[in-house]
Amino acid sequence: MFELVVLDSALRMATPLIFAALGGIFSERSGVINIALEGILLTGAFASVVVTYYTGDPWAGAFAGVFAGMLISLIHAIVSIVFRADQIVSGVAINLLAMGATQFLTWIIWGSSANSPPVQGMAHWGLPESWGAIARGVNAVIGHYPPLVYIALASVVVAQVVLFRTPFGLRLRATGEHPEAVDTLGVSVVRMRFSGVLLSGALAGLGGAFLALNTHQFVKNMSAGRGYIALAAMIFGKWNPIGALGACLLFGYAEAVQMGLQGRDVPTQFVQMIPYVLTMVALVGVIGRARPPAAIGKPY
Amino acid sequence: MRTAFAILMIALAFWLVGGCNTGDDATEVDAFRVGMVFDVGGKGDKSFNDSAYRGLLRAADDFEVEHTEFEPGQDADRETGLRKLAQAGYDVIIGVGFLFSEAMRNVAVDYPDVNFACVDFDVRPGETLPPNLAGLRFREEEGSFLVGVLAAMYSKTGRLGFVGGMDIPLIHKFEAGYVAGARYVDPGISTTVAYAGTTPQAFADPARGKELALLQFGRGVDVIYHASGSTGNGVIEAAKEVGKTAIGVDSNQNYMAPGNVLTSMVKKVDNAVYMTVQAALEGTFEGGLREFGLEDEGIGYAVDQYNEDLITDEMLAKVEEAKAAIVAGEIVVPKR
Repeated sequence: MFELVVLDSALRMATPLIFAALGGIFSERSGVINIALEGILLTGAFASVVVTYYTGDPWAGAFAGVFAGMLISLIHAIVSIVFRADQIVSGVAINLLAMGATQFLTWIIWGSSANSPPVQGMAHWGLPESWGAIARGVNAVIGHYPPLVYIALASVVVAQVVLFRTPFGLRLRATGEHPEAVDTLGVSVVRMRFSGVLLSGALAGLGGAFLALNTHQFVKNMSAGRGYIALAAMIFGKWNPIGALGACLLFGYAEAVQMGLQGRDVPTQFVQMIPYVLTMVALVGVIGRARPPAAIGKPY
Repeated sequence: MRTAFAILMIALAFWLVGGCNTGDDATEVDAFRVGMVFDVGGKGDKSFNDSAYRGLLRAADDFEVEHTEFEPGQDADRETGLRKLAQAGYDVIIGVGFLFSEAMRNVAVDYPDVNFACVDFDVRPGETLPPNLAGLRFREEEGSFLVGVLAAMYSKTGRLGFVGGMDIPLIHKFEAGYVAGARYVDPGISTTVAYAGTTPQAFADPARGKELALLQFGRGVDVIYHASGSTGNGVIEAAKEVGKTAIGVDSNQNYMAPGNVLTSMVKKVDNAVYMTVQAALEGTFEGGLREFGLEDEGIGYAVDQYNEDLITDEMLAKVEEAKAAIVAGEIVVPKR
């Protein structure tokens, strides 16, 4: 269960969750519920493959993922902030829109609504082998992941600092807790909420890009519920980047253990329950009460 | 205002979700028309569905028939897709995959003048099919046995892996044949088996396929046979990434990573589809079950320019020996 290959796999499985959960935190800390994470992941995945396909450059693809994520989250922002619509309804609509639109566009571009052709992935980062045995040892233990894995981990630290150590973070959190107070002090609630939602789009879009580029293709509905799991990880981590990281790693680990246990005389169906059982046990037993931002879900 | 906006958004979303089909509306034309409805993996899976699609294209070319494809967006769309094509007056309708079995049964009875064919038809015990429904089945275990022989002879670690799509009897046939073939070469060989899931989505999840394969490779496995549709693209990707080998399935997938695909278990769905269209065109279409295996070349293994360096003469001799023994009935390959 603690083999290196399983831990490796856990980290890769956690990466899209980390990006999406961070995105969720920025959005919800500003007071906007974002269940559209699922759709944003999918959109990011799709856009990254399209751009990588035409440019041959996975980094351009990753930027496209970020951009597309922001674009679709802009819809969520306009609908729920400017038009003050119900944020859950808008999120659900965006998820459906993303599912349909990506399939439709896949069909337009490649003639199949289910699969894109293979695209270039990102070269893995690690110490050069020419540095000798030490470099190889380091690579074997902590190195040789796709670059976005490291970027995800770094983003957690940055998000933590931004949220809790900068004026922007303070304003964002205040907007989610008590928008009237923020408004009274002359800070624009609308602007803060737009920032939160757009940041969430950028991060979740990058998560989608990782998902697709690591698989080297786009497959219909490839986010496969990861957006919702990221949402759970966000709640699990109490709307706190470091906490969410822990939750994402736990989910990734459960998933990897589940896959690693297969073929050892335990029925597949049973093994595949592990991540979900673990989630429920952890939710009920370990974490205690999670308190969302006070003004969440309320249009201002 | 905002309620109206939300409703508009949802309507737009549904329009897009539902709008992704390519089925023609009922137009009266004289041309012979063939419709094909794809499985979960979808067109472009480079495996099962693409094999069927190739057969359709070849038939369309050779016989100058018109063709339309339909890719179901979700489970319930399968029967709808079949009905839509039947209503539009298509002459032959082909469902690609066992998931269509139930829908085919229902629709075939309602449209007795249309010929239906279902690949991998999941037959009920004692069931007789209507005369306009052909169930096309394959003895995948025979081909899997042969690639198992090759895998066991090629493996240097003596550890083989298998990644299946959905955990169902159809895929167990691949696993059983593969394991039996490997043991035919080396009775003590170790095999690791994993399935991507228990829903049809397990045939369309390359991200999971890649992780499953990386886990097996990380544990000393050096050849993995996948029977998992586009999930297997991830398995082949993993083989390429760590410099190990994979075995393709259904279509010849050797070209996908030359040097990292040992061979492919080829299931000639394309030939079955082609023959079905031809029979319908010539008026010799017959309902009922049809089974394809090694002896009629409905199943095989692929050697081409992409993998000939991996396959030695000794391996070829052994696999041909096994093939002859299976065809002669000297080896009975287990189905589970």
